[in-house]
Amino acid sequence: MLRALKSFGAFWYDFVIGDDWHVAAIVVAALALTALLVHVAGVNAWWLVPLAAFAALAWSLRRATAGKS
Amino acid sequence: MTAALPLVLTVFVACAVEAIEALTIVLAAGLTRQWRSTFQGMAAALVVLAAIVGVLGPTITLLPLTALRLVVGALLAIFGLQWLRKAILRATGYKALHDEASAYLREVAAAKAAPEVAKRGVSDWYAFTLAFKGVLLEGLEVVFIVITFGDNQRNLGAAVVGAAIAVVVVTVAGIAVRAPLAKVPENALKFVVGIMLTSFGTFWGAEGAGVKWPGSDAALLVIVPVVALVSLGYAAWLRRARRVNAAAGPQAQVSQTEGVTS
Repeated sequence: MLRALKSFGAFWYDFVIGDDWHVAAIVVAALALTALLVHVAGVNAWWLVPLAAFAALAWSLRRATAGKS
Repeated sequence: MTAALPLVLTVFVACAVEAIEALTIVLAAGLTRQWRSTFQGMAAALVVLAAIVGVLGPTITLLPLTALRLVVGALLAIFGLQWLRKAILRATGYKALHDEASAYLREVAAAKAAPEVAKRGVSDWYAFTLAFKGVLLEGLEVVFIVITFGDNQRNLGAAVVGAAIAVVVVTVAGIAVRAPLAKVPENALKFVVGIMLTSFGTFWGAEGAGVKWPGSDAALLVIVPVVALVSLGYAAWLRRARRVNAAAGPQAQVSQTEGVTS
């Protein structure tokens, strides 16, 4: 039962999060910060999520290729 | 209809990639084991997928549009960035290209080695589970793309049409050649799908967080090419870094040798 639950969780983790959880964390953090800026500070921060996505991708690629040629 | 065309095309390309991967597994199971159990596995997977659509589809449409866009946008952006990451690493040689021909040969070798065991009314349990897992896993991605794109655009019909055309085209092509579709530029397709998922995910996610995009929906006409350009730029950057590293490698070895001998 526990093994089935574990493999069920591992499947959904792999399906949604994939190889690098940092990307998912950055996207979620950027969306949360955007919501704060819009609803609390009144800033229409449309630029934040795209910038965070590009930064997350660059960082993830750099981590994946570090030390490889 | 014209307004739904980008939606249909995006879903079509994304689902075609998944259908090609599922076809490779089904062909390996059917041609090397037996078609009866393979079709049973496929049918069982399609029933599970239909049940997931039946539960998820109506539940998602109950969500208010803002919450839906926030959740789905985040998921699509994460999904899209993972696809882009893989496609860029493959295009630049840091990761092996996904080769349907060699994937097929691997599956065939494993299928030939496995013993034929009858279980739960299925004459070849291996062929059944292979087809079931392949169709279910790739099908889940199709379901995710169809539901998220269809619900967000409030046009589930157009998304279903795009997915159905993709599955039919790939199936007909697979039956015609009776081999995995190895000549399809799969990585290029994945690159395009990654760009579309990231762009739509970014757009809907930010909108769900409360942002008003400059130009409203027309902002997508800017976001898609910008994501494409940045991704191509990253690929160029990695290719250059790889060349520089390859050139520096022998030089570094020479200077080390010189250091030892002098």
